This record gives sequence, C-alpha cells and structure tokens, in this order.
Amino acid sequence: MIHSDIIQRLSGYISGQILKQPGLSINPDEALISSSLVDSFHLVDLALFVEDTFGVRLDDTELNAGTFDTLSQLAELIHQRAA
Amino acid sequence: MTHIPEHYFSAQDLVNFTQVLLRTHRDTPQQVCLRLLSSHGQELSLTYEELLQRSLRYTHALKKQGVENDEVVIIILPHGVDLVASFFGTILHGAIPSIMPYLTEKLQAEQYRSSLQALFAITRPAGVITYADFEEQVRIAGAGGSVRAVLVAEEIHTSELGEIQADTLTSRGLKGHTRPPSSIVLLQHSSGTTGLQKGVALSHAAVFNQLESYSQALRLDSRDVIVSWLPLYHDMGLIAGFILPLLLRIPLVLLSPFDWVRAPQRLFHAIHSFRGTLCWLPNFAFNFCTQKIRDRDLEMLDLSCLRAVINCSEPMHWKSFEIFYEKFYPYGLRAQSLSASYAMAENVFAVTQAGIEDRVTVDTIDRQAFMSAQQALPVPKPTNETTGEAVPVLKMLSAGRPIAGTRIRILSSDGQDLPDRRIGEIALQSNCLLTGYYHRPDLTEKAFIDGWYLTGDLGYLADGELFITGRKKDLIIVGGKNIYPQDIENLAGEVDGIHPGRIVAFGVFNEDIGTEDIVLIAEIDDDVDGTNTSIVEHQQMDRERIAREIRQRVTQGSEVALRQVYLVKRNWLIKTSSGKIARSTNKAKYLDEIGI
Repeated sequence: MIHSDIIQRLSGYISGQILKQPGLSINPDEALISSSLVDSFHLVDLALFVEDTFGVRLDDTELNAGTFDTLSQLAELIHQRAA
Repeated sequence: MTHIPEHYFSAQDLVNFTQVLLRTHRDTPQQVCLRLLSSHGQELSLTYEELLQRSLRYTHALKKQGVENDEVVIIILPHGVDLVASFFGTILHGAIPSIMPYLTEKLQAEQYRSSLQALFAITRPAGVITYADFEEQVRIAGAGGSVRAVLVAEEIHTSELGEIQADTLTSRGLKGHTRPPSSIVLLQHSSGTTGLQKGVALSHAAVFNQLESYSQALRLDSRDVIVSWLPLYHDMGLIAGFILPLLLRIPLVLLSPFDWVRAPQRLFHAIHSFRGTLCWLPNFAFNFCTQKIRDRDLEMLDLSCLRAVINCSEPMHWKSFEIFYEKFYPYGLRAQSLSASYAMAENVFAVTQAGIEDRVTVDTIDRQAFMSAQQALPVPKPTNETTGEAVPVLKMLSAGRPIAGTRIRILSSDGQDLPDRRIGEIALQSNCLLTGYYHRPDLTEKAFIDGWYLTGDLGYLADGELFITGRKKDLIIVGGKNIYPQDIENLAGEVDGIHPGRIVAFGVFNEDIGTEDIVLIAEIDDDVDGTNTSIVEHQQMDRERIAREIRQRVTQGSEVALRQVYLVKRNWLIKTSSGKIARSTNKAKYLDEIGI
C-alpha cells in the first residue's frame, strides 16, 4: 500500500470515528497527539484500527507523541513494519 | 466481620496519621506495602521502612524550607514513588498535603498556570512540591503570593538523609506527631479550573472514621490485595486506592492512569499476578475495559481472586455491569464480585456500599412514572396485564446501604422528608464529613442545612437501599471527574469568532461508552443568506476552524475532550427572562433538534 493511501485511511478513521466530524480534513503534517486532537482515551482505538487495517501492531508504550505525532509519521511507521 | 485489628488505627492512643504510620513502621517494617508497576515492566516495591525513609526526606526538606505546621503544601507530580513519599512526608511534618493533577503533554502550560494561580489565591499554600521541568511554571504562578518553598522532587529523591533516622523521630522530631484528631490532614480538590475550585478539608478523625466504617462494609480482611490505576488527585484513588490500604496494612498494587488508558489489560494482568481482591472503577471504565481489550491479551488470566470490582464516582449503569461480566466471566470473574458504591470527597469517600459477597440489587421501575412523577414504581411484570403491551422500564442499580456512622435522607425541594420510592435530593450526616471547604466559609455554610450536608445528587430509597437517579446541579461527570460547564464555556469563549456568553456546555449520557459525552453549542455570526457560493465556502472553512479551535482549547485547558461542537446561528440559544442561558432548556432543544 502506498503512503498516501495509508494516510487517507488513517485520516478518514480519525475524522469519522474519533472526532465524529466526517468532513474534516487533517493535514498529514498536523500534530495529532501533542496538539491533543486525538485525546488519550482514543489512542487504544487508533492502535486497534492500525492493527486491523494494516496488520501492524503498535505497542502501548509507543502511543505517544515521541513515536509519532502526525499522519505522515504514523504512515511511515506502518509502511516500515508492513514491509 | 472485619479481621483488621482495631489497634491499627482506631485505638485511643493513636490519634493522627503520623502516629499510625510510626506504629505500623514499628510493627512491620519489612512488610511490602506498595508495588508500583510501570509500562516497561519494571516494578518498584516499597516496604513500610522504605516508605517512611523516603517520606522523611520530604519532611526534612519542608522543615529546612521553613514550612510550618498546618500550612498547605500543593503536590504536582506524576504517578510514582515521589508522589507517595511527598504526600506522607508532608503529613509527618504536620503540614496539609493536596495532590493536584500534573501537567501532561496535552495540558498547555499557560492554561495550567492560570488555574494554579486561582488555586493559590484561595488555598494560600506555603509550599509546592513538583518536578524539575515544571518548577519554573510554579515559581511564576506563585510569584508575589503565599508560596515560600518550591521543592523539586528530583533533588529530594537523591538527597542524603544524613542524620535523620526514623527511630529517632519521635514526638520531639516530627511535628505531625502532635496533631490533634480534629485538625485537617489533607485537602481534596474538585476539578474546577477557574475560581470554582473547592478544597475539601478533611480531619484525621474523619478519615479514620471512614476507614473504620468502610472496612466493615467491605468486610476487609488481612488477605485482601488492592489493585488500582486511579489518579491520587481524585477521592476514589486517594482514599480507596491509596490511604485505605497503606494505613490498614493491605498490600497495594498501583498502576499509572497514563499506562492504563493506553493498555487497560495491564490492570487485569496485575490482578492475576498479585491475586488482587478489590478494585474500584468509575462506570465508564467498565465499558472501556470491555470494548478495548483484545481477548488474546487476556489469555490464561485467572480473575477468580476478585472479591469486588466496585463501580463508583459516576452514575452506575446496569448495562455496563452486564457487558463487563460477559467479557470477563470466561476468565473467572464471578457475578457477585460486581459491586457498587455511592461516594464523595465531602464524606471522605464512601456513603454507601452494595453487593459485597452478594449481587447488587437491580430495581426495575416504570419509566413513565420516573420521568413525569418523580417516582420509582416497581414493575413486577414486563407486560401490561390488560393490553399485553410491554411496559417501558428503567433498570436501576442499587448503591447499597449507608456505611456505619452515615445517615441518609431524601428531601423534597422544600426540605421535607420524602417517603420510600420518591425521588428527591440526597442529604447526609455522618462522623466523617468534611471540616469545610478550605478558606471558603461561604460555600461551607451554603452546603449544609440544619447539620445535614446537601449533596446536590438526586435519588430514592427503597427497603433501605439507595438508588441514584441524577443530580440537581449542572455539573457534568465524565469518567468520574466532575467538570463544571462554566469552565468549558469559558475556554471556548476565548476562540476568535465566538461570543463569550453565547455558549452552552452540558453532558449527554452515552450508553456505549458508559459515561457522559460533552456537547458544546456556540452561536456564531453567520448572517449571509447563502446565495454567494464563495462566501458560503469561506464560512464553511471558518466553521471548521472555529470547531477545531474550540476542541483544542478545551482539551488543552481541561481534563476532558468534547464529543460534539454544535455551531448555530445567532439567537439559537434560549435565554431565561433574566437573560441567562439555561443549560437544561438548551440541552432539551438540542436533543430535540438532533432527534434523540
């Protein structure tokens, strides 16, 4: 799967399921965690979605802005691990 | 019958926390009292000897910095050994600790600082204990005020204890030793972020009375093990998940809330490994654990050791119990282990307790009578005998009976006692009530009527058991945290394009997540008739920006996130004749408009 597809699917999930604003567009380089766009109660949901959709497991110790903070960074992480 | 020897805490000769801690240390210095788990698999175990030694570093530091008896020390630290040690160290010094939420990556420093300033202005603390990264913020917030000492945990943690030895610290060395039972031992703050903070001041005697009554209600036993992930700045975490076990010599296993929210299965692994018997959870956590843990992460776990999982600190829902039981019974959870309690910081903690070694009573009542007549009429049969139609019902979970020393009344709006099954305000009287709201005699006076504390919660009694149905005030409760809608509205009012005063926030119960969603409605200027597409597009973008900024401000400036930001045209919000925006009226309009 190419990078932009991953970003698009992640973006769709975050705006639709987490933020409940399906029309909202999220910039690939916009901060998600440090800006608190995605709050801590939804980090588990995001990890479960990544695993179900891309077959990539994120450890709970990785669910912080230090590991990934933007869609681009998360997509890169998924890309590397899926390869 | 409790198996906790009385001399642990309630004998005549032990009148304060310091005396209990020293006695415990003398009796069982090598008993492991606390295990702190971290997400990286490390575990830190502390014996009473180590707990006392670490605490004394803080006692010593406070003394050196000139903090006096009876002065308040605010503690802002992440979950961990220093939080624990600084709390007891402050008490050993005879000062009054108050644990506040610490700054996470989401809370913005400036906003946190302004709420600290508001806290300092009311509480007037002499000292603050924090970590190095936050020292600067505390110093700025405290400049020119009451704060004389700012202690940095990293420095104290590594400091030499030198000449201080626990066994030499007796009544002469420790100021905490001579505190009278009626003196204040700690402050527990509600979650208000602005001027709404109320510090619940509790005496040594009140806490001891609570521990005695509550341990009886729990049938606490020296074989119990308490496992908790709850934050210590909240009464449930502070009392049930911290003070109760440490003072009653019950082993405690602590996880950090930060780790739990990212990996809720860790709680069950800890229960399994340490054979946990008691665990307290707010209602939403029953849903959260059920929905967000994969079965593969629970494989091989045996949870049959659990004596009680106690649902507490936000309205309890039968459905949450049901889904939790379905999820965990394959791992040995027993139905009679699901328990419930009604608790509040003003009564130290528990007011009632239900379902210890028994099932919690479920009261099936008539929905219509509940909504229209404020009555809880039991529905013995699910269908109407004459028409054969199903009767709309509500399933209410009992909060149980009052603990010893606590009495409950249900009052009508004009202060009269109501009979069984009539819904009214819950009032209570007990031997463990707060001394008062700290430095707020006005609020303290308003909270009582003829010696009875008015809880602001609504409920009914049936056969001696209490059922909670709602609350009088506009307070929103999310995941057990009390949130004042004014705080949320004030934060949103700072966003460009929003008019302060034309905003309303309220909670809407969401059965799926087991707690309230916060909805915010704000009026924006949007007077164009929609014929010019470029303006409409521009407005759409502006709306997105406003909604996003509101969410961000609220998440960063408070402890909660908004579920929905509903932007409306001018004059959408209904005002009362006095020009105020009534939250309940606008909530009803919103629910009507979105079709609930």
